[in-house]
Amino acid sequence: MNDPGPTPATARSLEEVYRPITRRTFLKGAAASLVGMTGLMAALRPLLELERGEITVDELLQRHYRELTPQELERILRALEEKTAREYGVRPHIRDIRPQPGVEFAYALNLTRCIGCRKCAHACLRENNQSRETPDDIEMSYIRVLELQKGAINLETSNLYYDPERVPQPDKYYMPVQCQQCRQSPCTKVCPVQATWQEADGIVVVDYNWCIGCRYCMAACPYDARRFNYKKPTLPPEAVNPNQSYLSNRIRPKGVVEKCTFCLHRTREGRYPACLEVCPTGARVFGNLLDPDSEISYVLRNKRVYILKEEVGTLPRFYYFFEK
Amino acid sequence: MKEYLVFLYRVARLSFYGSARFYAWMGFLTVLVLLGLHAWARQFVEGLQVTGLTNQVSWGAYIANFTFLVGVAAAAVMLVIPAYVYRQEHMHEVVVFGELMAIAVIVMCLCFVMVDLGHPERFHHMIPPFGIFNFPGSILSWDVIVLNGYLLLNLHIAGYLLYCRYRGRKPARPFYIPFVFISIAWAISIHTVTAFLYVGLAGRSYWHHPLVPSRFLASAFVAGPALMILTFQIIRRVTEYFIGDKPLYTLRMIMTVAMIINMFLLGCELFTEFYFPTQHAAAAQYLYFGLHGHRGLVPWIWTAIALDTVGLLLLITPASRRIGWLNLACVTCFMGIWIEKGMGLIVPGFVPTPLGQVVEYLPTWNETLVCVGIWALGALLYSWMLHVAVPIMNGSLRARPADAASLPGDAASVAAA
Repeated sequence: MNDPGPTPATARSLEEVYRPITRRTFLKGAAASLVGMTGLMAALRPLLELERGEITVDELLQRHYRELTPQELERILRALEEKTAREYGVRPHIRDIRPQPGVEFAYALNLTRCIGCRKCAHACLRENNQSRETPDDIEMSYIRVLELQKGAINLETSNLYYDPERVPQPDKYYMPVQCQQCRQSPCTKVCPVQATWQEADGIVVVDYNWCIGCRYCMAACPYDARRFNYKKPTLPPEAVNPNQSYLSNRIRPKGVVEKCTFCLHRTREGRYPACLEVCPTGARVFGNLLDPDSEISYVLRNKRVYILKEEVGTLPRFYYFFEK
Repeated sequence: MKEYLVFLYRVARLSFYGSARFYAWMGFLTVLVLLGLHAWARQFVEGLQVTGLTNQVSWGAYIANFTFLVGVAAAAVMLVIPAYVYRQEHMHEVVVFGELMAIAVIVMCLCFVMVDLGHPERFHHMIPPFGIFNFPGSILSWDVIVLNGYLLLNLHIAGYLLYCRYRGRKPARPFYIPFVFISIAWAISIHTVTAFLYVGLAGRSYWHHPLVPSRFLASAFVAGPALMILTFQIIRRVTEYFIGDKPLYTLRMIMTVAMIINMFLLGCELFTEFYFPTQHAAAAQYLYFGLHGHRGLVPWIWTAIALDTVGLLLLITPASRRIGWLNLACVTCFMGIWIEKGMGLIVPGFVPTPLGQVVEYLPTWNETLVCVGIWALGALLYSWMLHVAVPIMNGSLRARPADAASLPGDAASVAAA
């Protein structure tokens, strides 16, 4: 009102609204639409670079893992094998391995024995088909080994990127941290689409074909145990571990969250997780909590056990203990 | 029904009529939107590696803008309450513009969430029966409900009032008054639920804090009215619609009270963090003073504090009774809160990580372009809605144009609505 200058909707242009469209207006409109469409197409041009098979109708229509019939799951597994063969040059064997009845897995780690060699973190990368070319790739390992100053358990002053000539350093000790497979898991609680959940044997898994990639679970995790695929994994054919399962180590698509699954494709068949097998000092103990004769039950009954961030109330199935 | 189709047709036609200045403005915004769309298309193809996000700092500029904007959208309630609860006639001049702003801003919020997703094409996984909606467990599912609900409420209220005005008939109270009152509670809920997204995460001590929702609301009721004061002046300058100074001063009063509360709560937070610093103060330490030599956010947060303080001083002194100073206060408050509630809230939640690592975050160009694109989209939407709403409000767009002359063109008759 203060400024009598031109206005967006002048009385003259308003009158036009009530009149039928003239040929001139129509042509002007058509020309403008053409310019607009061209702009839109130019803006969306990168979409042409999408790889073939990156988004398939089958995957868009696929239902949640827990709702699939055995036939549907079978078809999906074969399609995934096909896709991996096409993209990575190796045909894997992808299976769906279910929890065993009467089993609840737990892990214990002997902090007195761990020497911080990071063999577990690297074995994890290999077992779980993660890319390992750049330092950023190494960050994807499900296991983070912290170097701590002796005299306290203070994560705040821990160092992840320690690189001395030899480990262990005399004034340091080491704490590998991976998914704690919590009984009260914040990550599964916050997922808006239930793409992550606890299995009957206590393992927290992710349906990579269902995850929408919002990363709320990563914000929720008090242990920094979840990783996001910011890019598509890069693996030469010889680096692919062909023994894969749907809920664990099959090669993940980009844009989804992944995490430690206690190597369920091994442990559900009676083998040890890759990180335990490779540990040179025997610092790692894994087994069935429900079996009173298992090594893990013995450790929990008899050792001085420490629970990481117990105050957060997550009730982990991962324990630390101290003993020579 | 036929009348309504004619209405839509006229609105569509009107959208493409305007002065050269209108075309230039909308063209400029469209170019920015297309640039943002291009950047997003790149991100869609290459993955979120084109952002500055990492495994350590997994949310950044997108979620920061989202959080801030939910507050701006909620602040429409600060027009609705004076207009409908306290029946202040002068607020009826502008209340529709506040609701339209809420619509544009909620659309921006939804866009910011969509661009943050690694798999936006799987969005239907959230919508039953195609997907699984983790309700009531996940606060994100609550947020989806309240944001979309708020969008629908405002679309209905603003749309209905405008259509009645176009038809030249009195709006039927049962068709909008109940929704107006629902929208008041709903506006509070959108920002509270958004705060609960963070507060609910016990593993992030910087967020796990009962003051967060209150501060969210207080700062929202500063930033929202600030933007409204500025845009209402633009509306009265460039369109033929009269907005007096009275609504601006009502908003100024709301802003002042909200800003005082916001700064008080900030003081409480700082006292708790720094009087006797625990390990949980590490994030605040990083934000305000830097941690282990990493000082990425320090200049930002002190800029925000300075802007907030200038804004507060201008608001509580008579200076801001002059429109010029009031505008300055609006700009400083808006910027200050955008920084402190955006990057200043989201990033320190991740720094240090729960395992004590300090990894800094800086948005990339591509990420910034996407953000600019979404802001431009919001401006484009709001401009378009105003372009259509103003002629309806001032009586120049009518169902029967012959009536237009006989009806008063000023806001008085709107107030009756």
